[in-house]
Amino acid sequence: MHSTLKQRLQNSLPAVDFCSFRYVNFLSETVSVRQSVAQAPENQDDCGVMVTILDKGGYGYAATSDLSEAGLKKAVQQAQQWAACSRGRLVAPMDLHSCPPPVIGEYVHKVQQPWHSESLAHKVALLQAETETASIDSRIVDSFAELEWRQLEQFYLSSHGSEIWQQTEYLMPSLRVYGNQAADTQRRSFGGGYTGQQGGLELLASMNFYGSGRRLADEVLQLLAAPNCPSDRRNLLLAPDQMVIQVHESIGHPLELDRILGDERNYAGTSFVTPNLFGHYQYGSELLNVTFDPSIEQQFASYGYDDDGLSADKTYLIERGILKRPLGGFFSQQRAQLQGTANARACHWNRPPIDRMANLNIEAGDQPVEQLISEVENGVLMRGNRSWSIDDSRNKFQFGCEWGQLIENGQLTQVVKNPNYRGISATFWRNLTGVGDANSFEVLGVSSCGKGEPNQMIFVGHASPVGRFHDVDVFGGA
Amino acid sequence: MQAYFQTLCQHLNSQLQGNEVWLANLRGELSDFARFNQAKIRQAGQVQQQYLKLELINGQQHAFSRLSLSGDLAQDQARLSHSVQQLRQQLSELPPDPYVLYATEGESSHDVQASQLSPATEVVSELLDTVQGRDFVGIYASGSIYQGFANSFGQQHWHQRDTFHLDWSIYLHADKAVKQSYAGFAWDSATFQGKIAQADTQLAVLRQPARTLSPARYRVYLAPSALAELLTLVGYHGFGLKKHRTCQTPLLRMITEPKASLNPQIYLSEDTANGLAPSFQEQGFIRPASVPLIEAGHYQDTLISPRSAQEYQVATNGANEYEMPQSLSMAGGQLAASEVLAKLGTGIYINNLWYVNYSDLSGGRLTGMTRFACFWVENGEIVAPINVMRFDETLYHLLGDALEGLTSERDLLLDSHTYEHRSVESMCLPGVLVDGVRFTL
Repeated sequence: MHSTLKQRLQNSLPAVDFCSFRYVNFLSETVSVRQSVAQAPENQDDCGVMVTILDKGGYGYAATSDLSEAGLKKAVQQAQQWAACSRGRLVAPMDLHSCPPPVIGEYVHKVQQPWHSESLAHKVALLQAETETASIDSRIVDSFAELEWRQLEQFYLSSHGSEIWQQTEYLMPSLRVYGNQAADTQRRSFGGGYTGQQGGLELLASMNFYGSGRRLADEVLQLLAAPNCPSDRRNLLLAPDQMVIQVHESIGHPLELDRILGDERNYAGTSFVTPNLFGHYQYGSELLNVTFDPSIEQQFASYGYDDDGLSADKTYLIERGILKRPLGGFFSQQRAQLQGTANARACHWNRPPIDRMANLNIEAGDQPVEQLISEVENGVLMRGNRSWSIDDSRNKFQFGCEWGQLIENGQLTQVVKNPNYRGISATFWRNLTGVGDANSFEVLGVSSCGKGEPNQMIFVGHASPVGRFHDVDVFGGA
Repeated sequence: MQAYFQTLCQHLNSQLQGNEVWLANLRGELSDFARFNQAKIRQAGQVQQQYLKLELINGQQHAFSRLSLSGDLAQDQARLSHSVQQLRQQLSELPPDPYVLYATEGESSHDVQASQLSPATEVVSELLDTVQGRDFVGIYASGSIYQGFANSFGQQHWHQRDTFHLDWSIYLHADKAVKQSYAGFAWDSATFQGKIAQADTQLAVLRQPARTLSPARYRVYLAPSALAELLTLVGYHGFGLKKHRTCQTPLLRMITEPKASLNPQIYLSEDTANGLAPSFQEQGFIRPASVPLIEAGHYQDTLISPRSAQEYQVATNGANEYEMPQSLSMAGGQLAASEVLAKLGTGIYINNLWYVNYSDLSGGRLTGMTRFACFWVENGEIVAPINVMRFDETLYHLLGDALEGLTSERDLLLDSHTYEHRSVESMCLPGVLVDGVRFTL
């Protein structure tokens, strides 16, 4: 298959300044159960090629699922038409000299327990067990459990001589339990809904999936009996499954170089970060260390090369609170004349690569969680994101969580419901007063990050310890 | 493509065994996309894609597969055969699903409009000439969109449109910009030039120094595009039967508290007859022309998928799997658009909202940001643009006790989203005038 495809792609290379083919074969299977009733499994088999052409100062792409030589040549012609149309009209020069250097490589993530090593009946049964054990009270009104498996195979070939094979597998378990009492409905989710990793069924044990149904149901009932989160300013301790979205929205998106260059202003938005800030801007306190890290083996967006064929390595974006570099792929780096990362990614074969987060992580600190709590006189712990909102410059934010627990005189005390907080990115991270050690560090991810025109939904990885912030505006519901 | 779909359906018939049933939904497009920044091209290309979603059913067991079709008949037939075998194996391992429901009879339909589209490269060249000298950013998308349904009972539907959608902003500086869109079936240069002229007028107002407002309550006018942001969020959870019965709707108080309601002026419906989306859904049921969701501020009906219909033992009204509106319509009111500024008096004129989400879903409390061209108005006159502000308010206030009026004019807003495929969803909405909206940050 590989040699046949490679030969067919090579035969289809046109006589232009630069041409690349990006072949993607995406397989998935989703098994789900709602309130003990098995839903219909969903299987996907999605295969296609994206052709990109640079020629005489023009740029064009074409995507097709027709992988015959005739189909590929037709796509090449379409890409050439757009390259001709865009000649002299491009926002930035894209020519022979602005292409990534050629590379030959391979990245394969090996799983320990393959998805197909267990029967469908077994998977359904384990999900049924989780929703059944969640049915502990008449106030539990809904429960949903799901396992999604994905396999992604990609081949990148360019007229410059690049040849890159990459194959990865992913498991995304999810579990949600809902409880209701009068006009109040509360939800708890497994891992806060951010639990995808690379690997196979072995992840279910390492993620502590088994038995979560009962635990989440217990927590839902506690929330139904809890008062609303107080409204005031206090210390805020964020669990990793909320740090994920805080990092994603208020560090990841603002550092995307295509946003800084204005590409996203009509849709996903711009950024309060400007090119002149890199190298000296105090983004956060000295405790803040943020990395682009494609090297954590099981993390969602670990890979060897991005979708423009650039080799990926761990890079500090923020070090001791100082902003170092943006999330920008090869073409954005050329435009901005800034060093970046290998993060040009496309969601599928039918969309062109743009600057995305991949694995964007907060490095662990040196404080045990118990110490972070013990130093707080008046605070609140929040975990499990359920709401997110931020302005188009990625500055004024508001987040809501599923679970809150007060911290009083160094102790975790009363559970509170509907915990929310709001702040401003440019100042929030400077109020970071504590970072959890490696024992609180969790490897999580976001399965659906939307951006781009045409729109692209992609998965990204985030890993983080617990974080503590002071003087935060918190409030409850209703 | 319709003939190709029919040929694949004949092949599916040949694959059936015993009492098996198949349902097939085809969704495809041939789309040109051109993305702009600074009135130049950032990325441009063409995407040809067609996906067939196959559901194999045997009694109460069923399973889906979604395949990308290559267009090579022998190859696609072989993949379909393999998929049927895979699904058949899965059915043998599944417990019964008591909520499976699909149409077994009904009429077929064919709804195709002849293309009036100009070549995308021609339109892009022309529009770039028009916007030169401006900081123009956005996307042009055009081409054929088609959806088909068929089943082993012989029912067939086909829906095809050739459309274009230009969605753009013109920036003055930083985050100060005018947002516009132009969509339809045939590009008209004069119409586009007229919109750019309107943008130039608004940009002149944006040149005034921006005003930063303090957190407080303000009178507000929400233009239809801003109201659409609110209702898009509410549509995710608000109108489906399952969300209603499991108490996950943001309109929960309207179920549990007899006195809770929206303003009597609020009439909301799923208006399939006047939207762009096809009238058939994935299990072969036909949607009624209209489903009243809110009438005079009170719950009237919900969107009911076949699955929920079976689970809750009611009739389906052809809702999609997620029971979300695709052609949401809100009735207009008595307020003339020309009187909006005068009626607003002193307050905020909001053209666009952004990133709306819940502060408290059960309480129907939402938050979100102002975006693009939003203005401070004093004594009925636009005074200055505002810097972005966050609102935090309940639906029962926004569309309830604080609602002062709805415009008699409504905008048909065609969804510009292109996640996985070009959207065929739309909304038809008025603007709303609201008193005392809370802004927090």
